[in-house]
Amino acid sequence: MSKKMYNKEQVVAGLVIFVALVSFPFWYNFGKAAPAPTLELTKEAKAAKVCVRPTEYMKAEHMQLLDVWRDTVVREGKRIYVNEAGKAFNMSLSNTCLDCHSNKAEFCDRCHNYASVDPYCYDCHIDNPKETK
Amino acid sequence: MLELAIKGSKRYYGLLAVLAGIAGLGGAFWLWQLDFGLGITGMSRDVSWGFYIAQFTFLVGVAAGGVMVVLPYYLHDYKAFGRITILGEFLAIAAIVMCLLFITVDLGQPMRMLNVIFYPTPNSMLFWDMIVLNGYLFLNVVIGWNVLEAERNNTKYPSWVKILIYVSIPWAISIHTVTAYLYCGLPGRGFWLTAILAPRFLSSAFAAGPALLILLCLMIRRFTNFDPGREQIQSLAKIVTYALILNVFFFLCEVFVAFYSQIPEHMDHIKYLFVGLHGHGKLVPFMWTSMALMALAIIMLIPPRFRANETLLAISCVMVFLGTWIDKGLGMISGGFVPNPLHEINEYVPTIPELIITLGVWAAGFLVLTLLFKITVGVKEEVHA
Amino acid sequence: MESSRRKFLKVAGISAVGMSVGTRPVLDALAATGGEHGEIKSPEMVKAENALSAVHWGMVIDTRKLQTAADLEPLIEACHSIHNVPHHELKRQEIKWIWETEFQHAFPGTGTQYLNEAAQHRPFLVLCNHCQNPPCVRACPTKATFQREDGLVLMDFHRCIGCRFCMAACPFGARSFNFRDPRPFIPEINKKFPTRSKGVVEKCNFCAERLAEGKMPACVEASKGAIAFGDLDNPESEVRKLLKENYAIRRKETLGTEPSVYYIV
Repeated sequence: MSKKMYNKEQVVAGLVIFVALVSFPFWYNFGKAAPAPTLELTKEAKAAKVCVRPTEYMKAEHMQLLDVWRDTVVREGKRIYVNEAGKAFNMSLSNTCLDCHSNKAEFCDRCHNYASVDPYCYDCHIDNPKETK
Repeated sequence: MLELAIKGSKRYYGLLAVLAGIAGLGGAFWLWQLDFGLGITGMSRDVSWGFYIAQFTFLVGVAAGGVMVVLPYYLHDYKAFGRITILGEFLAIAAIVMCLLFITVDLGQPMRMLNVIFYPTPNSMLFWDMIVLNGYLFLNVVIGWNVLEAERNNTKYPSWVKILIYVSIPWAISIHTVTAYLYCGLPGRGFWLTAILAPRFLSSAFAAGPALLILLCLMIRRFTNFDPGREQIQSLAKIVTYALILNVFFFLCEVFVAFYSQIPEHMDHIKYLFVGLHGHGKLVPFMWTSMALMALAIIMLIPPRFRANETLLAISCVMVFLGTWIDKGLGMISGGFVPNPLHEINEYVPTIPELIITLGVWAAGFLVLTLLFKITVGVKEEVHA
Repeated sequence: MESSRRKFLKVAGISAVGMSVGTRPVLDALAATGGEHGEIKSPEMVKAENALSAVHWGMVIDTRKLQTAADLEPLIEACHSIHNVPHHELKRQEIKWIWETEFQHAFPGTGTQYLNEAAQHRPFLVLCNHCQNPPCVRACPTKATFQREDGLVLMDFHRCIGCRFCMAACPFGARSFNFRDPRPFIPEINKKFPTRSKGVVEKCNFCAERLAEGKMPACVEASKGAIAFGDLDNPESEVRKLLKENYAIRRKETLGTEPSVYYIV
């Protein structure tokens, strides 16, 4: 006993359009795969050799770290971060992170643009405190 | 049942298209507001809530007004209202949708609105407002849908729906009480700091909601094959009459308290609204219009002969709706903020983009209402055919 | 299989819940990342050693020492400049953390028509009072406006949804809203302090960031002694001494918000 498909033409046409739309990112960007981003370190960053936390940790968790920093600074009033090595830092995106990594366009933006991420931090936090324009 | 909403006359589709168009225009302007900020409105540092919140406050009342059909039928077995409870419930849904939309367009950072859920704050009335509004929406959707579906299939609705119906009655009172509590607990705003604000809100709601419902019933009778019923409309009219009288009475009580006590803090806001203060009085003509509309409506509603004349009744209902809208919409919000806590006066005038967004939300609400009422009328016509 | 669709949905629902709980990323900014050697300390977050602390911060403004608007200008400018407060052209969009006004506006409902001439014409400095019983904190639905242990009423700009309920709640009109992006309107950006974005409410923060570095608030420093700032809970503090020796008033005291800013008139 076979079941009849009503409106076969419309259904198939609809399916074709749907699949085309859903797969748009794939076939539109075919052959345009961008290479993984390369980051440039500033002189200070290279000289410091290690960030607030080890590089691998920062790569994976800097967003969460900043999130914890912002709640701790704003809501608890604590501003000093002492890392595992006992080194103390001011918990400030602008005055600590971006002070050393003062090349946002060649550092932060590279990965963010590649991953199509648009953090709104920079709406408020000055992104280049050392800018001497 | 949804399929009943997509089968209609050219006039029906025309109405949907017009409403969708206006809503779309409002949406486009809202996108501009998202980009620029709330600076495209006329709101200011002193009058920090304007048209959007005013509409929200008024429409919470209209949504609560739906309970005036539900309560007599389910609690007191007033059988006549059984015919139109669904209209009250669906009107409540459309009104709550507009409320939620108005709150959304008023937020400075709407993408963060879930913070109210992530960081629940029971001491904040806005937190409770979020809960009661969404709860009421949920209740009316579930109740309305199940009751209508049961009616269509000529059967009884499931018994658990009855529990929700009983819950929805005090819940309806609570949505407007909580909204009033947003205002009447603020120590710095003398105009709102009055115990009678919640009762006044409710009485105004029970006048405006049923008034709109009467107008919608008359329209349904005119444009469809479903007649909500003369007796039903007359009962609603009695409710509107008493509620409106109460509303005006409560307001007169406020006037007495302010002016007999002669306390400047309380008098100033009423003076600003009705005679102007220190040369500022943009709202004066609107407030007197509102009073005139409500007074005239009372005169036209009290005599049974006038009430029974459905043409006169329709005119009265329009006056009630407009009068309460100005009173609660324009008067209450601006009146509370002017003069400001430092006794300075900075008046509020809405801008065109602000009005377009407002209109867009109203259109979206009426779009929802049209769809829901189309489904209802479809079911009624089916069942009585 | 009669209820196969229902069964499918049940299983799908339970799996969704199970997966979301089971694969929750574990964040630990305080977890030790491990090192090659044995001695690993967990990171800590602390206050700076020179940070000022108090049980209840308060301010006493000696209005006798600030006689003209010119006296107040540098104080207001100090605050607004280091905090990147924008200068808007449209009055309705203005943002101010601290400003000057007349007695009848600072203390509406008090004072008579026969008020002492000096007080009538003296400009008064008004700002957020960092109330002990703050209605704005009660009103905020997200705790973006919150009260710290040391009495400061602060804004968490990350959390603020811009509902402006706190502005309605404040009996002193101390709060401003960013109706548009403030950055183009900041005369000279202080790069050490963030700006705000559009859509959030802001107000005086009693210079919490300066207190954390052992400094007095900017307006206090610029006032050259006219404004005292200290721990109201400490009977030996300068603010308590001033209050013992002088008659001081607060704004709208009958409302019970318990402002922490006193005015010696």
